[in-house]
Amino acid sequence: MKKTLLSAVIAIFGVQIFAADITGTITFKGTPPAENSLTEMESMSDCISMHDTTPTTHFYVVNSTNGGFGDVVVYLKNVSAKSTGASAKPAVLDQVGCLYTPGIMAIQTGQTLTVKNSDPCNHNVHGISEANGKETTIFNDQQPSGGAELTYTFDKPEMFFKFECNIHPWMKAWVCIFDHPYFAVTDADGKFTIKNVPPGKYTIEANHRKLGAQSQEIEVKDSGATANFTFNAPAAAK
Amino acid sequence: MNDSAAKINRPLHWFAIATAIATFLLLGAGGLVTSHEAGMSVPDWPNSYGYNMFAFPPSKWVGGIFYEHTHRLWATVVGLMTTILAVWIFAKDFRKWMKWLGVAAFLGVIAQGVLGGLRVTMKMDDLGVVHGVVGQSFFVLICAIALFTGGLWQKISEQKLNVSRGLRNLVLATTVLIFLQLILGATMRGQHAGLAIPDFPTAYGKIWPDTSAQAVANYNAASKNPENITAFQINLQMVHRAMALTIFVFICVTAFFAWRKLGARDSFAKFAFFWFALIIVQITLGAATILTNKAADVATAHVLVGALSLAIGALGCIIAFRRSLRTATVENQNAAVIAFGNLAANK
Repeated sequence: MKKTLLSAVIAIFGVQIFAADITGTITFKGTPPAENSLTEMESMSDCISMHDTTPTTHFYVVNSTNGGFGDVVVYLKNVSAKSTGASAKPAVLDQVGCLYTPGIMAIQTGQTLTVKNSDPCNHNVHGISEANGKETTIFNDQQPSGGAELTYTFDKPEMFFKFECNIHPWMKAWVCIFDHPYFAVTDADGKFTIKNVPPGKYTIEANHRKLGAQSQEIEVKDSGATANFTFNAPAAAK
Repeated sequence: MNDSAAKINRPLHWFAIATAIATFLLLGAGGLVTSHEAGMSVPDWPNSYGYNMFAFPPSKWVGGIFYEHTHRLWATVVGLMTTILAVWIFAKDFRKWMKWLGVAAFLGVIAQGVLGGLRVTMKMDDLGVVHGVVGQSFFVLICAIALFTGGLWQKISEQKLNVSRGLRNLVLATTVLIFLQLILGATMRGQHAGLAIPDFPTAYGKIWPDTSAQAVANYNAASKNPENITAFQINLQMVHRAMALTIFVFICVTAFFAWRKLGARDSFAKFAFFWFALIIVQITLGAATILTNKAADVATAHVLVGALSLAIGALGCIIAFRRSLRTATVENQNAAVIAFGNLAANK
């Protein structure tokens, strides 16, 4: 009886019971390229007034103390698990100070992505698929200051789906869409946690939008697993 | 009544020139829209953010909206001018083919406006390329109408001048190449390939760059531009560069032959020299577009001089064909007179 009950519990909650976290740190080695100053913003008082100094791009989010590399998307490849996006908490992409926040994020297929406008000015939310190396507009919606939140869901996985505002052309964000729940984006210290991964052997990949992807094989045990990556600075930027 | 007997309608001619200038400025406004990535900054059409286009408050013309909205407003001016031009030609120009040209211009400007609107509302990025190409073709049509309504056309029609078939075909071939280059350029702008290669005249330090996946990944890692580039974009720009070189060779040969066959003082030779100079300016602007990291004003100037090069080529073709046709007609008439004389003598 006990055995049957245990089997039933495993069948229903198996993944949650026998699942562990993958943690790790992504490190950047070398000197990151200089970021671009967003000087175009200086001519727009609504935007520049929300910043003490002219903002820059954030292509290389590197902790100068420990070399932690932020905004790297880490995920399992070729997993059989299905998306739990429909029941997942909505992800939020905000527009603050005429910048998309965050600049890099990851969601699941079927998960609601809420786009907010916290600025005192209008934006247009322009979603562009870059699948197959060709830009294709998927949606383009106006969002006035104080206007209603916009919501989007995606059916297909895609790496670095682009959001931009054409009123303020420096505003860009990239969203990675997965058809499973096993992914994370590194924080400003380069750390990440992929939660509730069933034990087993996997390929884990770390993908930086400018530097590309690295992968390694890992085995997740009941105690979890650790995966660290190091990205090297690119040759002199042009 | 033939063309040479036509009475010039000067107000119509000057209005056609004004429409051509307005169209040229519209091309510039459209170029600025693309250069500033502002094409989708106003998501609705024909309204602007829910307002009637003409009632959209200037206080909201900020950032990319300024470029897109002024482009739309100026397009309505060109649309109105073209409509007036078409009606005027239909009412006052006795030449049937000119009436049809007027109708074509009217339909062209309507089609161009709808294309621009559909590009926004249907979110079809490829329509942006078509919109660019049709816009420049429309400019050529208006320039041709300006030519046909003026005294120069009558003068050409009355002259017994001789542009050889070889030179005529050379001008035609060069113009076709420029048109193909225009399509390539519009595709490049639509696909953001303008920044695919950061150096000139070399490409990533080579004559033809490595476009392997690893090489492209290295380019992206080293690039300061926000957008990552693809091998397709690099190859597209390389084809654009190769085409520019081909056009340069063709224009050199055209100018040389015009000078040799017609003499430096001939008006057609002067046209060829001007065209040659324009292409030099255009290549310089192309290089400057790359070296300034696609500065919006430089890239737009590149578009405008490209449009002017196409229009000059097309007008050159028309003039060359007219002059060589005229020559052929005179030769045919002479041959007919001789044949008639021979026939009479035999009788």
